Amino acid sequence: MIIIGEKISVIAKKVREAMEARDPKPIQDLALAQWKAGAYFIDVNIGPAEDNGEDLMKWMCESIQEVVQAPLCLDTTNVSALRAGLEVHNNEWGRALVNSTSNDPERFPILDLAAEFNAELIALTVGKGGLPADAEERCGIAAEIMARAMEAGLPMEDIYLDPLILQVCTTQDQAMHSIKAIEMFQELNDPPMKTVVGLSNISNGVPKNMRSLIDRTYAVLLMNAGLTSAIANPLDKEMMDTIKTTEVFMNKTLYADSYLEM
Amino acid sequence: MSFVVPKESFNGKVASVDFGKDDKALTIGGDSALPFLSFEGELPNKPVVAYEIQDCPPDDWPDTVREVYKDVSGDPVTWAKYCQDEQGAKAIALRLVSTHPDRGDKSAEEASQTIKDVLAAISVPLIILGSNHIEKDSTVLVAAAEAASGNNCVIGKAQEGNYKTIVAAALAHNHKLIAMSELDINLAKQLNILITQMGFDKNKLITDPMCSALGYGLEYTYSVMERIRLAGLAQNDPTMQPPILGDVGMYVWKVKETVASEADVPEWGSLEERGIAWETLTATSLILSGANLLIMRHPSAIENVGKTIDELV
Repeated sequence: MIIIGEKISVIAKKVREAMEARDPKPIQDLALAQWKAGAYFIDVNIGPAEDNGEDLMKWMCESIQEVVQAPLCLDTTNVSALRAGLEVHNNEWGRALVNSTSNDPERFPILDLAAEFNAELIALTVGKGGLPADAEERCGIAAEIMARAMEAGLPMEDIYLDPLILQVCTTQDQAMHSIKAIEMFQELNDPPMKTVVGLSNISNGVPKNMRSLIDRTYAVLLMNAGLTSAIANPLDKEMMDTIKTTEVFMNKTLYADSYLEM
Repeated sequence: MSFVVPKESFNGKVASVDFGKDDKALTIGGDSALPFLSFEGELPNKPVVAYEIQDCPPDDWPDTVREVYKDVSGDPVTWAKYCQDEQGAKAIALRLVSTHPDRGDKSAEEASQTIKDVLAAISVPLIILGSNHIEKDSTVLVAAAEAASGNNCVIGKAQEGNYKTIVAAALAHNHKLIAMSELDINLAKQLNILITQMGFDKNKLITDPMCSALGYGLEYTYSVMERIRLAGLAQNDPTMQPPILGDVGMYVWKVKETVASEADVPEWGSLEERGIAWETLTATSLILSGANLLIMRHPSAIENVGKTIDELV
């Protein structure tokens, strides 16, 4: 499974402070640690970044790709900041992933931007109104986004459909709806659509010491449903070990006694 | 509607491993497609066949193959030169049979001298094989690596029970290394992991999942080789990307089809033809499943396999 390392986020105090001070070291350290732990993409979440978003995203991309040979997942709702990031992204190590478009008209330009820069794109299956009720509703939204992508000339294999994972502690019945959505998304195209989740959303609001257990248990169910990728914490060793073990069960990795070390 | 050939492409690639020196050096591997499916990817290097010789007369080889070498096999240097100069061998595999405790128990020093003498006499690449005695190989192959230093040889076989010293010697003297496990794909992967964890470059490794002869478990070898290749290409598993060795001759020239006389089994036809066919078919099967390097004995069988390779490429 493709891991998108989630640790570089404006929500984290240390990261936010480093962003404000333009101090690359803490951000580079986090990028390197996640990359070494098995992240394929490094998520760069700068939040809405209303002031100076372009400059911030550009600086983040350059600082991170100075130390890791990995593609980045550019994570903001600020379209001009996304553009600034895509302009400097080093594609030598893989194409950028844009996070994200949805069925909200305000997010349509993000889809066009991905097409323009030949980047991959996360598509959240939510609209402007309320949250989707079930897997069927998520598929309906996915189909609308896919039609829009086709018009924009964005290939289907460059889209990662995201069912939007909701927290289990308040919306318990949604956990299996999202699993079903992952299964159904793949049926929307041949070859199957790629899928992605923000894994730790499932454990939002639960006591901290239980989050890793909840995340990794849910990851197994998602993987069994065919999940392609997850925005997750690669520094959570128990979760990474669980993912590697699931890949062995699913015959995606060949077993050897040292498989956890690879 | 015109027919479009369905093509599979892979993310993974078999490592390119070179051995030998100067203009006689050879490269195997580099494949980004399954064997001979060149329309699906790159297959930059043909499989290589090495002539097997040993450091003592081949008393245990059956007549068909022993006869061929009867005038030269008394001395490994003469034998090696004969293979290179008369048979046109592109590579030679020297098996240090007489170091085995039950086959003469020659010392590591004696083996080193033999290696030096052979290396001085030939210009084609040399593959140096122990006697397949776990403890003895771990001293003999260490000395062999030193004796062959600077010649970019292939040495082996490193196995679960002795890999540490052999890996260290190959590393110190800059040789390529054969890692052998016994017909078990998971152990093959594990051994490759352990060897690379010692700091040995995975691009200098050749994997030997253990051979077997037609009629004697060849289908197991075939499946394991095929699965290794698929793991390396389709799953892009770096531990399964070394080129594959098929040590064919030693498994073929002991089975009853290559040994039983025409008097005993007249219905099986000519013993000589039978033996050559057995080695040819075993080797041909293995290049189809993914073997990049073969070690063989009979010149006619080697010629047959070479023709097949040329026709398929």
